[in-house]
Amino acid sequence: MSVAAEPPVKNYEVLPKGAANSSTEGELLEVAMGPHHPSTHGVFRMDVVLDGERVVKLKPVFGYLHRNHEKIAEGTTYLSSMPYTDRLDYFCSLTNNWAYALAVEKLAGLQVPERAEYIRVITAELTRLQNHTCLIGFLLQDMGALGTPLMYAFREREKILDLFEGLTGARMMCNYMRFGGCRVDLPAGWLEQARQVVENYPHFLDEYERLLNENEILIARSQGVGVLSRELAVNAGITGPMLRASGVNYDVRKVDRYGFYERFEFKIPLGDHGDVFDRYMIRLLEMRESLKILRSALADIPSGPVMDPKAKLRGFRPKAGEAYGRIEAPKGELGFYLISDGSPNPYRYRVRPPSLINLTILEDLCLGQLVADVVVILGSVDIVLGEVDR
Amino acid sequence: MESWSGGVMSNSSILQRSGVPALPSAVDEGLRSELQKQGIFTITLGELYNWGRRNSVWPLQFGLACCAIEMIATSMARYDLARFGAEVFRPSPRQADLMIVAGTVTKKMAPQVVRLFNQMAEPKYVIAMGACAISGGPFKQGYNVLKGIDRYIPVDVHIPGCPPRPEALLHAFMTLQNKIDGQQLTGAGRPRHLNAEAPSEFPVPKFGAHDLEPPNNPDLWRPPGKGREKLNS
Amino acid sequence: MIPLEQIKALIAAAVPGARVEIVPNDSPSGQRSLLVDSGHGAAAAAFLRDDLELRLDYCSNATGVDWPELEISEKVKVRKVVEGVEKEVEEVKKTRRPGFLETVYHLYSMEKKHGPVILRLRTENRVDRNHLPSLTPVWRSCEFQEREIYDLYGIIFDGHPDLRRILMWDGFADYPMRRDYVPPDDYEYEPTPHDEVLERAKRHCPPEAKA
Repeated sequence: MSVAAEPPVKNYEVLPKGAANSSTEGELLEVAMGPHHPSTHGVFRMDVVLDGERVVKLKPVFGYLHRNHEKIAEGTTYLSSMPYTDRLDYFCSLTNNWAYALAVEKLAGLQVPERAEYIRVITAELTRLQNHTCLIGFLLQDMGALGTPLMYAFREREKILDLFEGLTGARMMCNYMRFGGCRVDLPAGWLEQARQVVENYPHFLDEYERLLNENEILIARSQGVGVLSRELAVNAGITGPMLRASGVNYDVRKVDRYGFYERFEFKIPLGDHGDVFDRYMIRLLEMRESLKILRSALADIPSGPVMDPKAKLRGFRPKAGEAYGRIEAPKGELGFYLISDGSPNPYRYRVRPPSLINLTILEDLCLGQLVADVVVILGSVDIVLGEVDR
Repeated sequence: MESWSGGVMSNSSILQRSGVPALPSAVDEGLRSELQKQGIFTITLGELYNWGRRNSVWPLQFGLACCAIEMIATSMARYDLARFGAEVFRPSPRQADLMIVAGTVTKKMAPQVVRLFNQMAEPKYVIAMGACAISGGPFKQGYNVLKGIDRYIPVDVHIPGCPPRPEALLHAFMTLQNKIDGQQLTGAGRPRHLNAEAPSEFPVPKFGAHDLEPPNNPDLWRPPGKGREKLNS
Repeated sequence: MIPLEQIKALIAAAVPGARVEIVPNDSPSGQRSLLVDSGHGAAAAAFLRDDLELRLDYCSNATGVDWPELEISEKVKVRKVVEGVEKEVEEVKKTRRPGFLETVYHLYSMEKKHGPVILRLRTENRVDRNHLPSLTPVWRSCEFQEREIYDLYGIIFDGHPDLRRILMWDGFADYPMRRDYVPPDDYEYEPTPHDEVLERAKRHCPPEAKA
């Protein structure tokens, strides 16, 4: 097919319909999605190379929220770093606090009283509930349900945040755990309010599932999209609901048995396919298991002190050495690695961020998919940039 | 009839309560209330112009860190921001009036923030939400943290807090609305978009080997020197 | 899980030439680690992943640590002749421990549900011989974490598929997490400055205000 000579220089060719042949195979299009983008869950950039609508290459770029938490922690005492851990995964501040407190308690050999452990379990499971609820809201928003599932999710989240505010004084940045227990005991009436919330939650989940589970747009956009195989998931260090959606039975609550979790009956839901729909369903099922744990914990919580009486808060200098403590945060395995040299400040303070490690295989999941699916896959990975960049 | 607002409110009482000087009223108050009783409403062009602008401020969907979650919570059902006119959060800066800088601005992100601000069309406003956007916040010792977004772009309202509660963001929004109400359209105090000499685009910092270049915009921000006697000694 | 001494023996048997040591840990956590020489790091890692009894298929965490040069002073009792009489005298002996950079890997097994086995690799010095083998071909989870260690500490990983800065911008020239990093002086607000903070703040003051 010959192109007629055209005197004004154009940098494109307009071809009549049906005239496409191999010489007109398009060039690849490079798009930077982010850092300011409505669906990147924070300041996250993906440099995507597209062939038409299909993804050929994807490189994530982050660091836009690198707030130097680890460097600051080397200059502050162990306890002063606790408020900074709230700001890591800012949806789930209480689980971040617990992971750090666990690591320091391992390092210093501190014991935690029974009531404090129960309170820790209760707050962690409440955090898991509100995190998964909001995640499903954000995932549906990325799929195009602009606002309504997110509105429902935040409506329930506010009830849980009321509980946190009553207990810790703050909605989001709770700063509640201490080395050897919790900061304060439960206020009067808190258990009753918590039981109310836990009793009403299954109705909300039923309503949510009834509206969403059989929605054909959700099913069409999420089944078969972003499939993650078992071997790649294990090798890439994926943890959390993403790993369990690929069928690997590894939950730090069951493996490490921290925090009296072996006293509670709960199952670990596993997925078959490892696609976005499985990750969505796993999170719904995990919420129901969390409700089981909450019901038994709220019923069996013993009385007693919430702080180890022998724990020293002022002048806390753990012995020189190192420790790695980890918990099952809602996003995956959150670990803290601390090296102490006997001084009040840690020598090395390292956060093992689940969101960063879960992003390792983002390119593998998105290759060959449509660019619209990239947004959905990123939503199902569940990242929070505060944790990725620290 | 005085109590019926219907959207057209007399601004003077609200402004007096918040401390912002009211626009000079062209019509005597007594005459105005007499006319209102007859069903005739008078308003100056300035008040009408500002009323339209203050009641439809559309924010840019721009959340950086934890404050962004409180911003989203403010726009949700419990602390509805839409009833103040901020119904739609626009993703594109060309369509937005207000940039709520919610969260820590890092040096890696600072050029993008300034670029987005430049791309917004006048009249535009900036709310610095949270301690990090005001001055670096809890992370102010960080090597990658920009110690306050007001080093590069002009900020209209600052909200302290870490994170500020949704009610605080609503209060800041109302403060911004009152500020818009008090803007005179002519004269020395006129807003930026009616002033041909005032710049509306600011230079974008570049990445240097150790820090941003320049580390701050000297026209907008200088390290505070006055009033700190120890520094002056 | 089998004790650490046995793992050390297994590695020494499977990877000929590897020098493995156990690094003690005196804190109550008791998590001791294995120090492998950097030349055989990749082979030892592959053995740990593939061995049928260990099956450490999950690398949970990869960290960089900076150990600058350290002068250790010890008080030693030495027999010396003082004023004609042989006595035991206490002397201060100073030794220099050279500086190095270190990577620490925490390994678990998803198959066998045991762990952690902690692996350490050390560079020779902090200046020019700062190369270590990359364990990304063994465990993919190290990919971003090794990039971060390169970005913040300056350890160069040989064999990494894509080694470039990850958290700081590309033109950044320092390694910020090192202990001797000096952050740029860009005026943090301090309400009651004194001592060195006051000196630094004074440098930023406009000269006319000092009058």
